Parts: sequence; structure tokens; C-alpha cells
Amino acid sequence: MKFITSLILTALLSYSACLFLPWWSIAIAAFLVALLISQKIGWAFLSGFLAVFILWFALSQYISSKNEDILAHKVSQIILQTDNPFMLILVTSFIGAVVAGLAAAAGASLKLKKLRN
Amino acid sequence: MRIISFLLFSILTIGFIIILNTKWVLPAPLGKLLAPQSGLWQNAEDVNENFSEDLSFPQLKGNASVYIDERLVPHIFVEQENDAYFIQGYLHAKFRLWQMDLQTRAAAGEVSEVIGEKGLAHDREFRRLGMVYGAENALKEMEANPATRASCDAYTAGVNEYINSLTESSLPFEYKLMGFKPRAWSNLRSALFLKYMSYDLASSETDFEMEHARSYFDSTDMNLLYPVLQDSADPIIPKGTIFPEPSIHVKAPANVDSVYLKGDVQVIENEKPNPANGSNNWAVSGKKTKSGYPILCNDPHLGLNLPSLWYEIQISTPEFNAYGVSFPGAPGVIIGYNDSCAFGFTNGGRDVRDYYEIKFKDDRRQEYWFNNEWKKTTFRIEEIKIAGKPNFYDTVAYTIFGPVMYDKSFAGKKDGSKKNYAVRWKAHDASNELLIFNKLNRAKNYEDYKEACMKLEVPGQNVAFACKNGDIAIRTQGAWPAKWTGQGDFIMPGQDSSYMWQGIIPQAEVPYQYNPERGFISSANQRPVQDDYPYYLGRNYPSSRGIIINRLLRSMEQITPQDMMQMQNNNYNVFAETVMPVLLKNIDATTLTGKDQEYLKILRNWDLRNDADSKGATVFYIFWNKFKTAVFGDEFAKVPDGVLQPQESTLEEAILRDSSYKFIDNINTVQKETLSDVTTQAFLAAGKELSTIEIAKELPWALYKATEIDHLTKVIPALNRLNIPIGGGEHIINATKKNHGPSWRMVVSLTPQTEAYGVYPGGQSGNPGSKFYDNFIDQWAAGKYYSLWMMTKEEVKDARIKWTMHFSSKKA
Repeated sequence: MKFITSLILTALLSYSACLFLPWWSIAIAAFLVALLISQKIGWAFLSGFLAVFILWFALSQYISSKNEDILAHKVSQIILQTDNPFMLILVTSFIGAVVAGLAAAAGASLKLKKLRN
Repeated sequence: MRIISFLLFSILTIGFIIILNTKWVLPAPLGKLLAPQSGLWQNAEDVNENFSEDLSFPQLKGNASVYIDERLVPHIFVEQENDAYFIQGYLHAKFRLWQMDLQTRAAAGEVSEVIGEKGLAHDREFRRLGMVYGAENALKEMEANPATRASCDAYTAGVNEYINSLTESSLPFEYKLMGFKPRAWSNLRSALFLKYMSYDLASSETDFEMEHARSYFDSTDMNLLYPVLQDSADPIIPKGTIFPEPSIHVKAPANVDSVYLKGDVQVIENEKPNPANGSNNWAVSGKKTKSGYPILCNDPHLGLNLPSLWYEIQISTPEFNAYGVSFPGAPGVIIGYNDSCAFGFTNGGRDVRDYYEIKFKDDRRQEYWFNNEWKKTTFRIEEIKIAGKPNFYDTVAYTIFGPVMYDKSFAGKKDGSKKNYAVRWKAHDASNELLIFNKLNRAKNYEDYKEACMKLEVPGQNVAFACKNGDIAIRTQGAWPAKWTGQGDFIMPGQDSSYMWQGIIPQAEVPYQYNPERGFISSANQRPVQDDYPYYLGRNYPSSRGIIINRLLRSMEQITPQDMMQMQNNNYNVFAETVMPVLLKNIDATTLTGKDQEYLKILRNWDLRNDADSKGATVFYIFWNKFKTAVFGDEFAKVPDGVLQPQESTLEEAILRDSSYKFIDNINTVQKETLSDVTTQAFLAAGKELSTIEIAKELPWALYKATEIDHLTKVIPALNRLNIPIGGGEHIINATKKNHGPSWRMVVSLTPQTEAYGVYPGGQSGNPGSKFYDNFIDQWAAGKYYSLWMMTKEEVKDARIKWTMHFSSKKA
């Protein structure tokens, strides 16, 4: 339950934060959620990772489908050196996911310490 | 343990963010670029994007509406004329901001600020040429005229309103990719943009190259290699025209042979505009058309890029309606038509940029010898910002001629020059080029057109005109220096005033034609007049396109707009027509075997058309290049790279006239080669190359030529359009080369209800993530056109209107 709540909360908070703040505010979102909802480090990482993976996957997939992948074809060639819009969406999602996962793990570390005391 | 864990993950998180947000480790800030809510994904425009908007700006004087049609062409309707320029600025920025910004930076020598030190050589060259100096002078003139001042102010405000509305996520694609921000617009930047067009069209010179050639060839050879007159040319103003007595009587200095023609000059390699920059325009009178009304056609040949140089637009004000293409960077319609007439341009191409050798008193460059005394220079300090590096300061000395462009600290692509060369460029002088468009947009008749043309100084153009009242005209307009024969072909001595320009040809003395008997006017960058004109016109004019255009126009009757469209796409190679008989006659077929015999057969059966699928066109092209090398290669192998190659028409005329043209002999062999020897040799060499091309299956002309339209940066292949199936080429009306050609094709039939057609190889949006980025290219390549629609206010409900923008002056 905690896992699902963290995941949803991280996704929502990341989305809202990025409306006003730079992209890396997803790290702050994941960190705060991990502080709020205590989980083991591994689970915290996974919830942060999955939350932003799903969020960024959904967002980029949605944008690209409405664009009929015009831009994704070009950008995938520029960044990945291969014409593969889906791969670009995966890379996008993965980048956000790793940052959020790590930040969530950092947050969970602090939380664990508090519990012990 | 927990602290260690916290620190470890925190450092990892921050480390990753830094890596993904900067270029320190990865070649690009991937996180920043790919974040869906702010990065490149935000530039992926919905294919059903809604461009309708309600906007209000206090700068507007009235209300305005912009009706955007299915091709994303805006039809601007305003109550106050200047509101149209505000909106034009806003739309240019909305759809083309990055391009305007970058091109103006290039014009101003401000590229290093974006791309770092690799832009410095360009920036220094442009600063030293006096691009900013010239733009500042032009700006004073533009702002001294109330009409152009108001249009510029409104335009600038419009651009800046759009820039101010940008957020991190709505920033254009290239800014994100290249990592820089748009800079505020100003009237000076519009002046710089126009100066860039002057650079492109009116800065062409070969002074150093000619000077260089002269140190290797004697004067007889020079005349054989770089003749002043071409026999075959069919000038813009037909032979036999009587010109009025010149009001300026130019006199060559007395010591011209001993001093001018015996210079000892250092060779400079500088940046050059594309020598192929040129155009076709023509107009036929009602006598020759089916409708009985004139038709005007224009296709300017320029570098083909994405985003395109052109942006299509309609401007409707209470004073006038104008439709055509505009320059993102300047207000008004540049090539187009209004409710009374149509106008189009080709480049005048005369030499208005000359170099003078300057003698400084000493290394401080504070004084130079002029008219028997030491005269003071002034200094202009150019501050060049460089990304990631301290600023570079370039101190340029200015003389009575202009800036000392080359000196010990700068010599173009080479190291510092031992000598000092000042550049006199007509584009340095104050002039107001915007005024011509301002006046043409509202011109009603020949007198209005003539008055508008008279304002044109640089770049000088052949301005074609046709009017609903039946008039057609062409004026070879511009502020042309009155030169004595040979003036400015080489570097001139700058130690006194004797070699300076002695005056500017009065605008009323430029050659022109108004309703000529032959029923048409035309120009294709050929010589404006033959040798009966009282002023010197220089050497370098392409003649083939002019010949075929005039031949076709002479023979055509009952012309329709469709005929004119076909003619703009005509692939007939009149140059090949001229040289083929001589070449074919001189190939010794008995020495050819196997494949070479096949290629000869293809060449013999060629219909002289450079159509997309033509194999003969490829064979001819390769063969002719080998032939040029066979003739000139031996002599030119002995001279350094900077020496000018002779024009194609020079060799063409030489072999037609004289089969023992001096350069035919290979100077590296004992025996004396004949025309037949070198022709056969060239064909054998061509055969070798052709067989490789054939193996690659690239023998059809379009596949070999492989026309491409590149993104302006040139370095991002994914944004280019490659291998466009289109014929044409040099010497051909359809002048489409590899990445250069007809940048806008327009045909306007001036019937009571105007019938106009146009197409350019690009799209209205500069955003690579938009379906409007390159959607006109296929139509253009196929030789097809769009119907141009001068919308009226009553047609608001027309199905072609897809979106509407409302602009109001009230605060929302």
C-alpha cells in the first residue's frame, strides 16, 4: 500500500513541480515523498523510479503520438544516432526514473535513521 | 551507516542531475533536453495544433485580425498600417525566431557568443568588412524617414512582445539544443538583416584572386582567361538601345598601366557569398498572353535552407493589400503583388566592393599616407563575445576609403598580412532599402514603381514590374559606382584620391525598359547592356539563362500562367546546346571501348534536358568538368589555390571561336595537344568516373546531383531533407543545384481578378517538430505551385481559413 501511495504521490508531485520548476525538481518530489512515507531503501528507490518512469513515459508518449512522431524521429537521430522514436521515449523515461529513484533512496535513508533513534 | 547511505544517494542524485543538466560529461544535457514538460518534447507540435488566439497589446493603435489558412499563411487585416508591421514582427518571431536571431548574429559578427571560438574568424571578417558600421549608417537613414521609422518601431515591438512571452518550455527547438537564449530585437537588427542581404548579393568581388592570377599570367593570357566581354550574351536591355550622354565622365588615372596593373599584392583568402546567387524574372505584356493582361514571374536563386529565407504573408491595411514573401527580420512584403501590380527581383551583380592598399606611417596605424600628407585614421573597437572565453577586442582602423579590413593582425583564412588593405563597399553608405518595399507594396502604376526603384541603392537589382493597366517594365536599379574600364578588377593603390570612385551613376541613367516593342522584359543576372553603355560594368556575368529565357519568350504567344510555371521549371540546357557540337565532333570515337562507347551513345542521344531521370545530363556534366580540367588543369596546377578559375562561358566561347585556344595544349608534355586530343582524353577520364557512378546506381541526374535542403546549422543531418528528386542545374532556368536554387517561384497574372501562383522549398513554420516545417518541398520539387490567395474581408468564412488570431489594443 505504502509503495503504491508513494508511487502515485511522487508522480503527482513531480508533474506539479515541473510546471513551475526545472526538470530536476522531480528529485525534490521523490525525496520529499520518501521522507513522508517510510519504506525500505530498495522499495523507496523502486517507487520513485517507477513513478517518474511511468509519468515521463506517459507524457512523452502522449506528446509524440499527437505529433505523429515527427520530432521524435529527428531527435532520436540526433541523440541516439538511430531513427527510433520509441527508444527515445524509453531513454527519456529512464533518465527521469533514475534521478527520482536515487533521490527517493536518499530520502528513505534519512527516514530510516529517524526511526532507529 | 544511515548517514553514509543518505550521503551516498544524495551525492549520486546530485551527480546525476549535474551530468544530465550540463555538457561536462555527456555531449548534451540529456535530462534538460528530454524532460517532457520543458525540453525538446515541448516542441513536438500537435498535428492538429490550434493556432487561434486572442491577444492584446497596448502598442497597437486599433484592432486587427489574422486569418491563418491551411498552409499556415497569415492574412493580416488591420485598421492602422503600422499595426500590420507589429503583427508581422510577432508572427515572424512566433514561427521563425531562431532563424532571425541567428542570421542577424551572423550578419553582425556575433556568432562566437553562441558557438565559441570556432566562430571567431567569421566574426572578425564581418566586423572588419564593416557590416555593423554599414548597418548603423543605414539605420540612421531608416529612422530619419517617418514611414520606415514607424514600420521598424512597430515591427521591433512585435518581435519583442513575442520574445517576452517565451518560457523555458516554449523556447524554440534550436535554442534548447544549442543552449542559448534569444536576444531582444531592435531596429538595428532589421538593418543588419538587410545588410546581410547586401553581403549575399552585393559583396561579390574577386580582387585578390585576379591580382593573384596576374602574378602568374601575362596580360595576353589574362585576357584569354578573364575576358571583359562575352560575345554570346543577350543583355537585359537589348543591343541597339540608345543611352543618354553620361553626366559623369570618368577618367582612368594617368599611371594606370605602370602602377595599377603592376601591383605586388599579398594574397588574401576571404569568405565569399555563393557565386551562384542570382535569379530569373520576366514579365510579358498583354499582347502575348491569352487573357490580354500582363503576367509577371520571378524566382530568386539563393542558398536553400530550412527554415527557409522566405515567409509567405498577406498584409491588408486601409491603404493597400499586398501578398508575397517577406524576410523574417524585416517589415513588409519583399517579392509579391498588390491590387494593381506585381514586382520581382534579380540580382544586378555589379562589383561595388573594392580594395585599396594603404600605407601606414608605423605599426600604430594612427596615420596613413594620402594625397601627399599623413592623414589620421579613426579606430573602431569591435568587442566580440566568445562563449566560455574572455571577450576578444579587435581594433579596426578606418580611412577615407573605409575600414582597413586586412592588416598584420587579420588576413582572412591566412595569417596576418604584411600589407594593409582598406575596403570601399557601397553598402557602407547610408541608404534606406526598406523604403523601396514600403513604396512597392502600395504602388499603383509605373510612376509609383519608378519612384520606389529610385530608392534602391544596395543591393542593386533588376526590378521587374507589371501592372493591371497593361504596363510592363524593368529597371537595372542601384547605386552603381561610375567606373573606368577595369577599375576595381584588381587591388587599387590607396595613396591618393586618383583611384577612388569618381561618382555614382545617377539613378535616372540606369538602363531600363518600359513597355518595349518586343512585348516582354526579362533578366537572369546577365550583362545589363552590351558595350554601348557609357560606364564600365565589370566582367562576371552568367549568360546562359538569359539566352534561353529570351528565346522562349520571343517565340511564345497566347501565354497562360500555366505556360509560365512550366517555363520556370524548364530544364533545357542551352549551355550544353552550344558546346555539345564542338565536343562531340572532337571525341575520337575509335579510341573508345566497352563502357565508354555506351556513355558516348547516351551523350549523343541526350535531349539536352537536365531532367531528373536524364542520364545524358550526368554524362555531360562529368565530361564537361573533365574537359575544363584537361584544358586549364595543367596551367592552374602551377599556381596556388587562391587563383580565380575562368568562367565557363570563357571556355565555351574559346572553343567555339578557336580550336587552337592557347590553353588546350598540355604544358607538361612535349607534343602539342589538339582540341581533339584533350576532348577525347577528358571523355576517357569521364568514363572512369561514370562507371563508378553507374555502379552506385546514381547515373540519373537527380540521383547524381542529390539536391538537399539543409537546416541552417548544416551540422544536424536529421533536420535536413536529402535526395530531393528534382532536375535542373547551372545554366538552366530551373537553376536547382545541390543546395542552391529557386528559393521562391512566383507567377502573377494581372487579370482584373488577379491569378497568382507560388511555392518555396520549405514551410511556414521554422520548428522542426511541426508538420509545417518542410511541407512545401515535395510540391516545389515536382514543379507544382500553390494558388496564392489575396483574401478579402468578405471571405472570412472561407473553408481555407483554419485559425483566427484577434489582436486588440485594449488591456485584456
